[in-house]
Amino acid sequence: MWDKIKDFASEFFVTGDPLILGAQVSIGLTLIAIIFTLTYFKKWRWLWTEWLTSVDHKKIGIMYIIASILMLFRGGVDALLMRVQLAAPELEFLHADHYNAIFTTHGVIMILFMAMPLMFGLFNIVVPLQIGARDVAFPFLNSLSFWMFFFGAMLFNVSFIIGGSPDAGWLAYPPLSGLLGSPGVGQDFYIWGIQISGIGSLATGINFVVTILKMRAPGMKLMQMPMFTWSVLSSCVTIMFAFPILTVTLFLLFLDRYLGAHFFTLDGGGNPMMYINLIWMWGHPEVYIVILPAFGIFSEIVSTFSKKRLFGYKSMVFALMSISFFSFFTWAHHFFTMGSGANVNAFFAVTTMLIAIPTGVKVFNWLFTMYRGKLSFPTPMLWTIAFIPCFVVGGMTGVMLSVAPADFQFHNSYFLIAHFHQVLIGGVVFGYFAGLYYWWPKMFGFRLHEGLGKWAFWLWNIGFYVCFMPQYALGLMGMTRRFNEYNFDMGWQPLNVVSTVGAFLMGLAFIFQVWQIAHSIKFLKKETSGDAWDGRTLEWSIPSPAPLYNFARLPQVTSQDDWWEKKQRRARGEAELPEVAAADQAPLEPIHMPRNSGIPFIMSFSWFVAGFGFVWDWKWMIVVGLAGVIISMLARSFSYDTDYYIPVDEVKRTEAAARGAH
Amino acid sequence: MAHAYQSHAGAHGHSAHGSHDGHHGHDHHDQEEMKTFGFWLFLITDVILFGTLFATFMVLRLNTAGGPTGAELIELPGIIASTFILLTSSFTSGVALLEMNRGNKKGLILWLIITALLGASFIYLEVTEFIHLVHEGATIGTSAYWSAFFTLVGTHGLHVTVGLVWMTALILQLRRRGITPVTKRKVNIISLYWHFLDVVWIFVFTIVYLMGVM
Repeated sequence: MWDKIKDFASEFFVTGDPLILGAQVSIGLTLIAIIFTLTYFKKWRWLWTEWLTSVDHKKIGIMYIIASILMLFRGGVDALLMRVQLAAPELEFLHADHYNAIFTTHGVIMILFMAMPLMFGLFNIVVPLQIGARDVAFPFLNSLSFWMFFFGAMLFNVSFIIGGSPDAGWLAYPPLSGLLGSPGVGQDFYIWGIQISGIGSLATGINFVVTILKMRAPGMKLMQMPMFTWSVLSSCVTIMFAFPILTVTLFLLFLDRYLGAHFFTLDGGGNPMMYINLIWMWGHPEVYIVILPAFGIFSEIVSTFSKKRLFGYKSMVFALMSISFFSFFTWAHHFFTMGSGANVNAFFAVTTMLIAIPTGVKVFNWLFTMYRGKLSFPTPMLWTIAFIPCFVVGGMTGVMLSVAPADFQFHNSYFLIAHFHQVLIGGVVFGYFAGLYYWWPKMFGFRLHEGLGKWAFWLWNIGFYVCFMPQYALGLMGMTRRFNEYNFDMGWQPLNVVSTVGAFLMGLAFIFQVWQIAHSIKFLKKETSGDAWDGRTLEWSIPSPAPLYNFARLPQVTSQDDWWEKKQRRARGEAELPEVAAADQAPLEPIHMPRNSGIPFIMSFSWFVAGFGFVWDWKWMIVVGLAGVIISMLARSFSYDTDYYIPVDEVKRTEAAARGAH
Repeated sequence: MAHAYQSHAGAHGHSAHGSHDGHHGHDHHDQEEMKTFGFWLFLITDVILFGTLFATFMVLRLNTAGGPTGAELIELPGIIASTFILLTSSFTSGVALLEMNRGNKKGLILWLIITALLGASFIYLEVTEFIHLVHEGATIGTSAYWSAFFTLVGTHGLHVTVGLVWMTALILQLRRRGITPVTKRKVNIISLYWHFLDVVWIFVFTIVYLMGVM
C-alpha cells in the first residue's frame, strides 16, 4: 500500500529537481500566506462579492491585468533560466529535458497567458468608456471569458509541479507532441489549458464585436470611433475567424492522444503536416491579434501627446482592416523549408511582404501626427516613441525572412528568434505598457511615479537591444533555436554572454516597474480631474476611476475626438451645440445594470476539474467536471432575474462624490 | 440600435420607439436583439469550426491505411432516412416559430416537442450507425479516414445533442413563463441553431456520404 502511494506520488508530483523543489516550496508558502491573510482580515466574502462574481467590465479588466503580470513574471523567469543556461558553453545548469520544458512554457505563457490577457484587460477597461457605453454587450459572458482564461492558465501552470511540463515547443508539432513522442501528461496539460482559455478568448471576440457595433453612444458613427476601438474591432474580428481553428486543431490532437485517432500520427494514414498547416492558420493571425490593439494604443497616445488630431484617420482604419484580412493568407511562411514547392512559397512570400505596406502606412501616420505637434514626453509617449524604431527594424527583418529562398538560411535560427522577439516585445509589450501607463490613472484613480517609470523604460529598452541584437548575429553564425548547449569551438560565447546580460537588464526593469507601482500606492497622488493627460476621447470626460455605471448620462457625440472638441468649444466660450446641451441637461434616469453572478466562476472551475480529469484519465473526475459545466449552463438558462436598476438618487450621490473631489 | 439597452433605462414613456408589456419592456427589447446578433456571430465561428473539420476530412479522405473504406461499410438507406428526419425537424421547428408568432403557447410547445423527438431519433439512428461500423471493424483508431469520419459526423451529432438538452430546458421555461420577449428570443435563437445544424448536415451528407459512397 505504502509503496503504491509512493509510486503514485512520484508520478503525480515532479520530483528530483532542486529548482522545481524550490518552486514547489515557494508556491506552497505563498498559498498558505494568501489563505492566512484572507482569513485573518476576514476578506473572503469581500473577495467573492466584489471581485470573483463581478460582471463589471472595469473590475474584470483589472483582474486580467493582474493575472497577466503574474504570468509575465513566470514567463520572464523561464526566459532568464534559458539565458543563464546559454551564457556559457557546455554549462550544466538545465539538462536537456528541463530546457525543452522551459522554452515550451515560456512561449505558451508569454503569448497566450501574458499578451492575450493584458490585451483583454485593456479592451475591458477602455472600450466601453471610449464608446460611451455602460458595459460590454454581454457582461455575464465577459466574466465567463475571464474565468475560462484564468482556469485554463492555472491548469497549464500546475503542470510544472504536478505531472511535468509539456516540452514539445509552444505550438506542439506532432509527431513530437503525439503519444509516442510525448508519452507523459505534460502535453495533455497543454491541450486542455489552452483549449479552456481559448474558448474564453473566442467569447471575448464575439462580445466586443457586438459591443462596438451596437453600443456606441448616440451620434458616434463608425468613422468617428477612437482608433483604439477600431483596433479592438479588427483584432476581435480576427479572433472570431482564427480561434475556432485552434479549438479544432487541439481537439484533433487530443483525439490522437486520448482515443488513438490517426490525424497527425506517422502511422494509420495520419498527416503531421496537416497539424502544422492548421496550427499556423490560427497562429499567424494570432500574432496580428495581439499587435493590432497595440497600434490602436499608439494612435491614441501619439495624438494626445502631440495635441493634434491623428493624421490619416481613414488610412489607419483601412490599414487595420487590411492587416487583419491578409493575416489569414500568410500562414505557410512559417514553413517555407518544408517542401510546399516554389509556387506556394512565392504566394505566401508575397502576401507576407504585402502586410508591410499597411504597417508602414501606420508608422508614417504616427510620425506625421507628431510633426509640428505640441509634443510632451511622459512615460506613455516614451514607450510609443521607443516602439517606432524597434518595430521598424523588427518589421524589416520580417521582410528578410519572408524572402523564401533566404528563409532557407534563416529558418529556425537565432535570427528568427531575434526577429519575433523584436516585433513582439517592441510592438506588443511596449505597446501594452504604453497603454497601461496611459490608462492607469483612469483605472485606479492615482498617478504612477514618473521617475521610476523612466528608469524602467530605459532599462527595458537598453536591455532589449543588448539582448536581441547579438541574436541576429548568432543566427547568421549558425546558432539554431532550441539548443541547450554548444561547444567552445563554435565561437558563440561572447555574443551569448552579452545577450544574457541584456535579458537580466530587462528583468531589472521589471523590478523597477513593481517598485514603481508599490511606491505610487504608498505615496498616493490622487488623480482628481478625471482627465489625467488632457485627453481627446470620451473616457477622459468622466471621473477616475469611473463609477460603476460609467456615464450618468450618455454623451451625445458629434465628432471624432469628441471630448477634445468639447473642451475646445468651452475654452473659446462658445455655446454648446444644441443636441449636446440637450443630452447634458436631460434628467437622470435609473440605470439598468447586470447583477453579479457566481456561475462563471463555478462553470470555469468545473472546466478546470474536467480538464484535470482528462489529463490524468480519471473518468470520475471528467464526469464530475462536465456535470458541473452542464448544471452551470442550465442554472444560467433558468435564471431570469439577472439585472437591476440603480436609482436616480444613488446616481446623484455617486456623481456628487466623484465630481466634488476637485 | 446604436446605443442598446442603457440609453432607455427606465424609459417607460420616454422612449420614442413605443413600449412593450411590462415596466421595462423596451430595454429588454434592445437587449434581446443584441443577443440574437451575438448568436449570429457565434454561428460564424461555428461555420469556421465545421469548415476546419471538413478541410481535415477532405485532406485525409483517401488515407485508409489499407483498412476498410467508407464505401465498403456505410449503408446509405439509413443515412437517407436520418437525413429526412432531420430536414423534417427543421420544418417542424419553423412551424413552432409560426405558432409562437401567433401567440399560441400550446402549439409552440407541441411543435417544439415534435422537433425534439425527431432530433432524438436522428441521434438514435446515428448511434446505431456508429455501433454498426464499430462491429464491422471501423473505429476512430482504424485509420486517418475513420478518425476524420467519426470526428466530423460526431461533432455534428454532439451539436444536435446539445440542442436537444437546450430545447428541453426551453420547453420547461416556456411552460412556466409563457411567451415573453425573453423566451421569444430564446426560441428564435434555438431555431436559428437548429436550421444551422441542418445546413451543416447537408454538407456532411453530400461530402462524407454521397461523395464517399458513390
